[in-house]
Amino acid sequence: MCAKKVTPAKPGEVPTTGHQWDGIEEYDNPMPRWWVWVFYATIVWGIGYSIAYPAWPMITGATPGVLGWSTRAEVATEIKRFDDANAPIKAKLVETDLTAISSDPELMSFAENAGAAVFRTNCAQCHGSGAAGVEGKGYPNLLDDDWLWGGDIENIHLTIAHGIRNTTDPDARYSEMPKFGVDGLLEPQQISEVVEYVLKLSGQEHDAALATPGQTVFVENCAACHLENGAGDPALGAPRLSDAIWLYGGSRDAITYTVVNARFGVMPNWNARLTEDEIRAVALYVHSRGGGQ
Amino acid sequence: MWDYLKLVVLGVVAVSAAIAANYARDLAYMVNAMTIMLAAGITFLVVLRGMDEPKKINTGEYMDGVIRAGVIATTFWGVVGFLVGVVIASQLAFPQLNFEFLQGYGNFGRLRPLHTSAVIFAFGGNALIMSAFYVVQRTSAVRLFGGNLAWFTFWGYQLFIVLAATGYVLGATQGKEYAEPVWYVDIWLTIVWVSFLVVFAGTLMHRKEPHIYVANWFYLSMILTVAMLHLVNNLAVPVSIFGSAQVQLFSGVQDAMTQWWYGHNAVGFFLTAGFLGMMYYFVPKQAERPVFSYKLSIIHFWALIFLYIWAGPHHLHYTALPDWAATLGMVFSVVLWMPSWGGMINGLMTLSGAWDKLRTDPIIRMMVVSIGFYGMSTFEGPMMSIKAVNSLSHYTDWTIGHVHSGALGWNGMITFGVLYFLTPRLWNRERLYSLTLVSWHFWLATIGIVLYASSMWVTGIMEGLMWREVDANGFLVNAFADTVAAKFPMYVVRALGGGLYLTGGLIMAYNLWMTVRAQPAKAAVNANNAVPAE
Repeated sequence: MCAKKVTPAKPGEVPTTGHQWDGIEEYDNPMPRWWVWVFYATIVWGIGYSIAYPAWPMITGATPGVLGWSTRAEVATEIKRFDDANAPIKAKLVETDLTAISSDPELMSFAENAGAAVFRTNCAQCHGSGAAGVEGKGYPNLLDDDWLWGGDIENIHLTIAHGIRNTTDPDARYSEMPKFGVDGLLEPQQISEVVEYVLKLSGQEHDAALATPGQTVFVENCAACHLENGAGDPALGAPRLSDAIWLYGGSRDAITYTVVNARFGVMPNWNARLTEDEIRAVALYVHSRGGGQ
Repeated sequence: MWDYLKLVVLGVVAVSAAIAANYARDLAYMVNAMTIMLAAGITFLVVLRGMDEPKKINTGEYMDGVIRAGVIATTFWGVVGFLVGVVIASQLAFPQLNFEFLQGYGNFGRLRPLHTSAVIFAFGGNALIMSAFYVVQRTSAVRLFGGNLAWFTFWGYQLFIVLAATGYVLGATQGKEYAEPVWYVDIWLTIVWVSFLVVFAGTLMHRKEPHIYVANWFYLSMILTVAMLHLVNNLAVPVSIFGSAQVQLFSGVQDAMTQWWYGHNAVGFFLTAGFLGMMYYFVPKQAERPVFSYKLSIIHFWALIFLYIWAGPHHLHYTALPDWAATLGMVFSVVLWMPSWGGMINGLMTLSGAWDKLRTDPIIRMMVVSIGFYGMSTFEGPMMSIKAVNSLSHYTDWTIGHVHSGALGWNGMITFGVLYFLTPRLWNRERLYSLTLVSWHFWLATIGIVLYASSMWVTGIMEGLMWREVDANGFLVNAFADTVAAKFPMYVVRALGGGLYLTGGLIMAYNLWMTVRAQPAKAAVNANNAVPAE
């Protein structure tokens, strides 16, 4: 079964190798010429390429390649090119008074472009790529004129540089709402009352019978930060309660949750990751979105 | 005597697994230990019941039972793997499908390794083991070596799949792509893989043919290299023998390099060399033509084997990997182009003189398309390994598209062809239940691949361009979220392509089932299953 003669070639047909496995034979065709030559060409190219570029490991390091190319140098060159080109205007951005920048069209245009890039890379994760925040989830909308910590350019700059309630920057903005329910500062009845009063403050449907005693609870416990009329206090990061904009939701359930458990929104201090010109740029970008004061 | 030893070993394994389950430090370990206990217990009963039966081994016939089981397992895991693929593709398009109640079990992060392992190791692995057993018997003209050891390989491999899959869903993972199974699953796979090697190499050593057929070179290289890759990449120290966590031996860039040396050669030897073994037997058999060129097969075999093993660093371009290693990875990848195409040329040219069969035989059509996709992916791969191209394609969906044109087009299609080839022969049926359904499967799968690959090319290139886009001052133009949002329509197309491919797989499963159930048996003695006389 196994010993085979070379199959006699039919007219115009190459012979087989003479073996057969389960009926399969193999022609003795030569390798296609183009295949062989392309294979050789890639080998020659490979040798040339590995001489030109860093390639062969030696005892203490690898051959650097005759072109002296490296990925690190390539990236460094590209970064340096933009850094050099932008250096004068960046210096000007840092030197100019924050409030004066918007009156310099060239500087402002650069700041807005740079700020937009910084925003997309660093801020969009929480505030959204359009800066509209996430309503009801604690990520403030930066397009409106409702500001927790102040909406003028200096306050925005301060917030971005030092962050909010983080543990890494001692100059971070800080305030803490008491956990009125969890810590037993208010009775459940008082909480229901004050929630109805807050609903009333923001012009929503409410239970007037509860809201009346709720006003007393509010004045005694909440007004110190949120003010008696519920207008809030940007110096303390206390949100305005008398409008329809809600950081964590304005429904009865959401407000009750906030009063019982309190909220503690945190933002990193960007002075640890961004340079002063980048912080200024992104502050100007946010300020120019529409709500800047 | 031998049976008593088996019973003792199985008993000890079952009891140890029960103890391990009791001391388990995590849920995945406990479930895995209980699975092992159950498997050992069932095997114990099977051995016990067979104690008094007279041992009869029909040496006049090829050992086809285990291959029939392999055909069933390949089909089953294929459909499962495609299904999970469609699910995760849909989760990417519609994140809402990561339902809250599925968090920690059925979210994308848990299902993704389930999909890759199901298609590569469960579907592809079963196809390789099953077809290797078939081919090595036919081309060596002897029955499989080692008696029931082949059955151990089969069931052991299924146990490996179940342990790995349940582990992933419950959170047991090494966190290495395509090498997710944890330490004890790795040890078990090593044992199973050695049994595979013994059966395969033993059969080759007892062959009655004077020469080893080319398909077997590829299979053997696959078995040996995968063993080496598996052992080196999974070197780790368990945190506890009663837990699924481990600490890797390598760390940092050394670990990354080892991982992609493994990862790339899993593609090179598992999905390329092994499947070329399939191609070299089943294409000439189905076409009934001699292989095009013996010289080409021997040169491209050795070139492929030598070059593939160095190409891994191209997965780590522009990372902490030193430039010299990246250069070598790229050079070897580009030189690998022609050796890879050697297989395509040999496959396609084998059909010369039989091209008319493309019209009439949908199985040949599947094989031709699979070889076509093989050629396309093995051109695309070297191209993507070039640093300049890679700086655009890296981390984008282009990579995903490349992988799938290889996996769906080459590995999937050739396996479908093999399954259609084998089922009537192994179950001794006159013909397949329906060639029309094979055609349906062919077109659904082909259109599915085209949708998948082209949508991923579009998103990949778009993503790469959007990421690197800077304005005149060097500032980035797009946020990452912008690129995600821009990909949405293509993600839907991709899920649709996967859906078509899955539908084709279901049609195949039905067709194979009906072939076995409803087709008349061949009247004559099946010469295909008899070992040739000396």
